[in-house]
Amino acid sequence: MEKFRTHTGVAMPLRRSNVDTDQIIPAVYLKRVTRTGFEDGLFAAWRSDPDFVLNRPEYADATVLVAGPDFGTGSSREHAVWALQNYGFRVVIAPRFGDIFRGNSGKSGLLAAQVDDKVVLRLWDHLAEHPGATVTVDLESRTVKAGEGPEAIEESFDIDDYTRWRLLEGLDDIGITLSHAEDITAFEASRPRWKPVTTH
Amino acid sequence: MGKTLAEKVWDEHVVRSAEGEPDLLYIDLHLIHEVTSPQAFEGLRLAGRKVRRPDLTLATEDHNVPTLDWDKPIADPVSRTQVETLRRNTEEFGVRLHALGDPEQGIVHIIGPQLGLTQPGMTVVCGDSHTSTHGAFGAIAFGIGTSEVEHVLATQTLPQARPRTMAVTVNGSLPDGVTAKDLVLTLIARAGTGGGQGYIVEYRGPAIEDLSMEARMTLCNMSIEWGAKAGLVAPDQTTFDYLEGRPEAPKGADWDAAVEHWRSLRTDPDAEFDKELVLDAGTMTPFVTWGTNPGQGVPLGAAVPRPEDFEDEQDRVAAQKALEYMGLEAGTPMRDIEVDTVFVGSCTNGRIEDLRAAAAVINGRQVAKGTRLLVVPGSARVRLQAEDEGLDVVFKQAGAEWRGAGCSMCLGMNPDQLAPRERSASTSNRNFEGRQGEGGRTHLVSPLVAAATAVRGTLSSPVDLEEL
Ligand code: SF4
Repeated sequence: MEKFRTHTGVAMPLRRSNVDTDQIIPAVYLKRVTRTGFEDGLFAAWRSDPDFVLNRPEYADATVLVAGPDFGTGSSREHAVWALQNYGFRVVIAPRFGDIFRGNSGKSGLLAAQVDDKVVLRLWDHLAEHPGATVTVDLESRTVKAGEGPEAIEESFDIDDYTRWRLLEGLDDIGITLSHAEDITAFEASRPRWKPVTTH
Repeated sequence: MGKTLAEKVWDEHVVRSAEGEPDLLYIDLHLIHEVTSPQAFEGLRLAGRKVRRPDLTLATEDHNVPTLDWDKPIADPVSRTQVETLRRNTEEFGVRLHALGDPEQGIVHIIGPQLGLTQPGMTVVCGDSHTSTHGAFGAIAFGIGTSEVEHVLATQTLPQARPRTMAVTVNGSLPDGVTAKDLVLTLIARAGTGGGQGYIVEYRGPAIEDLSMEARMTLCNMSIEWGAKAGLVAPDQTTFDYLEGRPEAPKGADWDAAVEHWRSLRTDPDAEFDKELVLDAGTMTPFVTWGTNPGQGVPLGAAVPRPEDFEDEQDRVAAQKALEYMGLEAGTPMRDIEVDTVFVGSCTNGRIEDLRAAAAVINGRQVAKGTRLLVVPGSARVRLQAEDEGLDVVFKQAGAEWRGAGCSMCLGMNPDQLAPRERSASTSNRNFEGRQGEGGRTHLVSPLVAAATAVRGTLSSPVDLEEL
């Protein structure tokens, strides 16, 4: 996984709450067996509307998504994270995330930055006034920055320490766990014999 | 201080814990299916890793398989590739697979319990959010993403932050004609879709103890729909009776040892939950959704709400959007809403008791003109059992379609989809925009409401039907 320190990019406002993973990528787009090529399914149903924000030229290069609360609820499909990444997004900012989506983001290197409701509202206002403006997300200091002068926004965001550390270091979870292989083997030796197995 | 059931099960599975790190949790059972596993196996292959415990892993084909002509090669080439990839991967890594056509094939959350593989006190994971279903046995069961699937395949463990615990106590008893589905839809409407976030929920109280295992599965299944990490019910005699004699349940002395341990899996009297909710089952009625998330529901006897009635600004906006999407007018009685398609199936309500309940309502009646009823058993076993009992004949004589096992119209990944603006009453778990097909409109209902709706063509419960 690539290390994530700080990122500055065009931010796209998605003025909706409860954007579940079926909206991020509908099931019919989940048939690929690779981790790539899911960008066409991103927000597929909404994209047929030419006015949908993703279709607007000022957001053609957007890499930061600013969404309403409960982003990524519903299905466990990691394809939702891949679709966002395949399309070019590196960061999602929202006041609340679905649990599994947030976990999946951390594993795949998409930064899910949780901020206060008010911060999203301020970012939305800022982006409405300055379409195509950039936002900087600094993982080391856990801050989101946008704008300049008196209206500048500088707010902190939440992410758990462990995920932050892994993203900063670009560490793969499996490698970390396998370094504790002895603990796993010891645990296995203590499991009761009546626990079920699938092969006999 | 004592421990809650969830804390007991959790603590029994901690392989390693360290300050500032999530616990490393051992996984007793890992279920996999064709949609969320291909990239995980590919990751193993690229890193030169093996499946650590193929004997704790079980695969099946469910999300993307056809429910018609399921004994023929899959017509859609992309779907076929996905299913064939699972077959290749399970063969290469030595994982047991119940493929299409096998009598044990079916929705992953139906076959685990059915085989007796899901047992009290276990940790169960699957690359599917409705893994919470298995919590009905007193197991900690939750959905994971594909990176985590790969992690479990490689290590049989998962790093997990310890969630908080919540008790949902349901007093009283459910009135006749009110089911576990109505109970959970009522709960979600009350608590909100984010109300369970960060918690493992224990459902308890007299109304829960009265539920059959299958009804407990329906309830736990929908834990994720109000954001809970997992939902569980303490194992009791109902649980043991369900498990005894199942193919993978312990036998002989192992059974006795297992039951003895399972009996200890109860929340201690002096344990404390981080949060508690109390509901009264006695006041519950058939409950249906009107909107585009499972929290947007009302009693069947009520009307479509008005956005102005919501206090919270976000809720108001969401209600407005949902009404537009659903093509509904505020104030319309729910019972007046006409339905094009009725779907009976899914891991929420695709078990034998659900089909029996629906068949009992349908028996001797006809599906309304202009309405179609699709009955999709949750597993091949459920289908065979239903056919044994003649339920398929009841459905077919009423004009319903009797299909092969799978997820089907629950997620609309295979050809079983709604057309744009088509309206369904569905026993599944998600009424999200487009969930059952682009532009499709879903009302979540119980199997009893589904069957009565199929007969009348409008949202109904069995009491609305004319006596035979
Ligand atoms: S039936 Fe629906 S909810 Fe259940 S596993 Fe299949 S797609 Fe998921």
